Amino acid sequence: MADPITVSALSKTFTLHNQGGIRLPVFSDLSLRVAAGECVCLHGPSGAGKSTLLRSLYANYKADGGDIIVMHRGAPIDLVSAEPWRIIEARRETIGYVSQFLRVIPRVPALDIVAEPARAIGVSADAARGKARGLLTRLRIPERLWSLAPATFSGGEQQRVNIARGFIVDYPVLLLDEPTASLDAENRRTVIALIQEAKARGAAVVGIFHDAEVRDAVADRLFEVESFQGRAA
Amino acid sequence: MSAAASMRTRAPLMQARSVTRSYGGNIGCRDVSFTLYPGEVIGIVGESGSGKSTLLACLSGRLEPDSGVISYDMRGRGFVDIQTLSEPERRMLMRTDWGMVHQNPRDGLRMAVSAGGNVGERLMAVGARHYGDIRGEAQNWLAKVEIDLERIDDKPRTFSGGMQQRLQIARNLVTTPRLVFMDEPTGGLDVSVQARLLDLLRGLVRELGIAVIVVTHDLAVVRLLADRLMVMRRGEVVEHGLTDQVLDDPHHPYTQLLVSSVLQA
Ligand SMILES: Nc1ncnc2c1ncn2[C@@H]1O[C@H](COP(=O)(O)OP(=O)(O)OP(=O)(O)O)[C@@H](O)[C@H]1O
Ligand SMILES: Nc1ncnc2c1ncn2[C@@H]1O[C@H](COP(=O)(O)OP(=O)(O)OP(=O)(O)O)[C@@H](O)[C@H]1O
Ligand SMILES: [Mg+2]
Ligand SMILES: [Mg+2]
Repeated sequence: MADPITVSALSKTFTLHNQGGIRLPVFSDLSLRVAAGECVCLHGPSGAGKSTLLRSLYANYKADGGDIIVMHRGAPIDLVSAEPWRIIEARRETIGYVSQFLRVIPRVPALDIVAEPARAIGVSADAARGKARGLLTRLRIPERLWSLAPATFSGGEQQRVNIARGFIVDYPVLLLDEPTASLDAENRRTVIALIQEAKARGAAVVGIFHDAEVRDAVADRLFEVESFQGRAA
Repeated sequence: MSAAASMRTRAPLMQARSVTRSYGGNIGCRDVSFTLYPGEVIGIVGESGSGKSTLLACLSGRLEPDSGVISYDMRGRGFVDIQTLSEPERRMLMRTDWGMVHQNPRDGLRMAVSAGGNVGERLMAVGARHYGDIRGEAQNWLAKVEIDLERIDDKPRTFSGGMQQRLQIARNLVTTPRLVFMDEPTGGLDVSVQARLLDLLRGLVRELGIAVIVVTHDLAVVRLLADRLMVMRRGEVVEHGLTDQVLDDPHHPYTQLLVSSVLQA
């Protein structure tokens, strides 16, 4: 079976048309392979392109060239060229992504925000909510908050809701952008445990972890994004 | 891409090919092509006068394009060029398999008919005859769109703008159409009322698996509702793709301007 993620010859340059057409080459000819059960930490200074690469792996950013092959439903798809509906399907079933900030949906309670990805793959409402309760409990979100929309939650609470949402489905591919940035030590350890469990069940994990404790606990290797800079054509 | 992956295809619901419509010398929309799959939500954004409403009117058969083809997968008939439909056939399609949510609820509701009647009427158009069933289903839908059942016999003109808009949505969705066209469904409403309507729409569209083509100037609306986004300018689609990709990594100069000129979507 092929690796869950195989990136080859990937390049990305931003062109800012309304700022004199400035071009910002971020990386080019970048290759990366992530095996099942492996966790790769994207590394490098601020502005190196870590988030850009991670977002490209979610097809949130559109690469200019190269391909991103992800094993989805047992077959390879290329996120750079796949049709939108197939990318949406892959995001629903195969690729989980925990962004740095929760995007709140007006009026939807925290419990349902967390349960939603499970509902979307056909898990029953009861089972999805049960799983959501379990995750919110592990992440120490007080029960009185579960029925509230997270718009008024603290930064750390919102981030934990976001993490719960990202871990409710056993995605084969998991992308994490600084998931522990605004968390205290206890919650950080919970997130470490969640990542280790995901690896143990065979998930391919790509993450950005500024925190050395988290990085040392979960990452199998570092990937220097910066080394693919400056090769832009 | 591997052959195995590319072989897994899906049957489209609607296909537009080079749809063009002008008004005298003025461009309405020009050379618009796309494919819509069942259950997909497409957002159309763009500046005022860019041709969004014109395109929507062409797609929904209310306006005849100068050129181009719009084909729709009709139940039991397969793909049909909608311009070849007779007027009664087109009206039947509009009343059963399609829905149309107008910006102004007055254009989509019958103001002299009760709220319950507005919803029940659509059911009767698809053959429902039993009064009790129709009323029961109408009640069901009023509850879904959060309209107090005590208001079922009131005329929509006594409703607030937000309630009228919710009623219009109930009227359109009651027959579980496969495709709904919406032109600025949250336009003209207060921000707080908009959020409620949007959340409701999002829930219903997902629950029922309806395909939607929604025109709006509000990027937050498409962010929440649409799988895919088309950006129009001067009648043409200048950028087209996954909604979050177009909004977070816009490529066309006009899209970059559009995205950077709003605070956050
Ligand atoms: N949507 C965008 N449009 C234009 N430029 C962008 C966009 N996103 C990122 N960039 C640019 O790409 C470069 C890499 O940014 P990126 O966010 O990937 O860095 P990073 O390594 O994640 O940094 P940090 O550690 O600060 O989060 C920067 O020059 C940034 O300004
Ligand atoms: N019935 C008409 N007769 C003549 N010109 C028209 C007619 N309807 C629209 N137009 C012109 O066609 C162009 C596109 O109009 P359209 O209503 O499709 O724009 P729109 O994108 O929906 O704008 P808005 O966001 O303001 O609703 C405009 O230049 C408009 O003036
Ligand atoms: Mg970053
Ligand atoms: Mg319009």
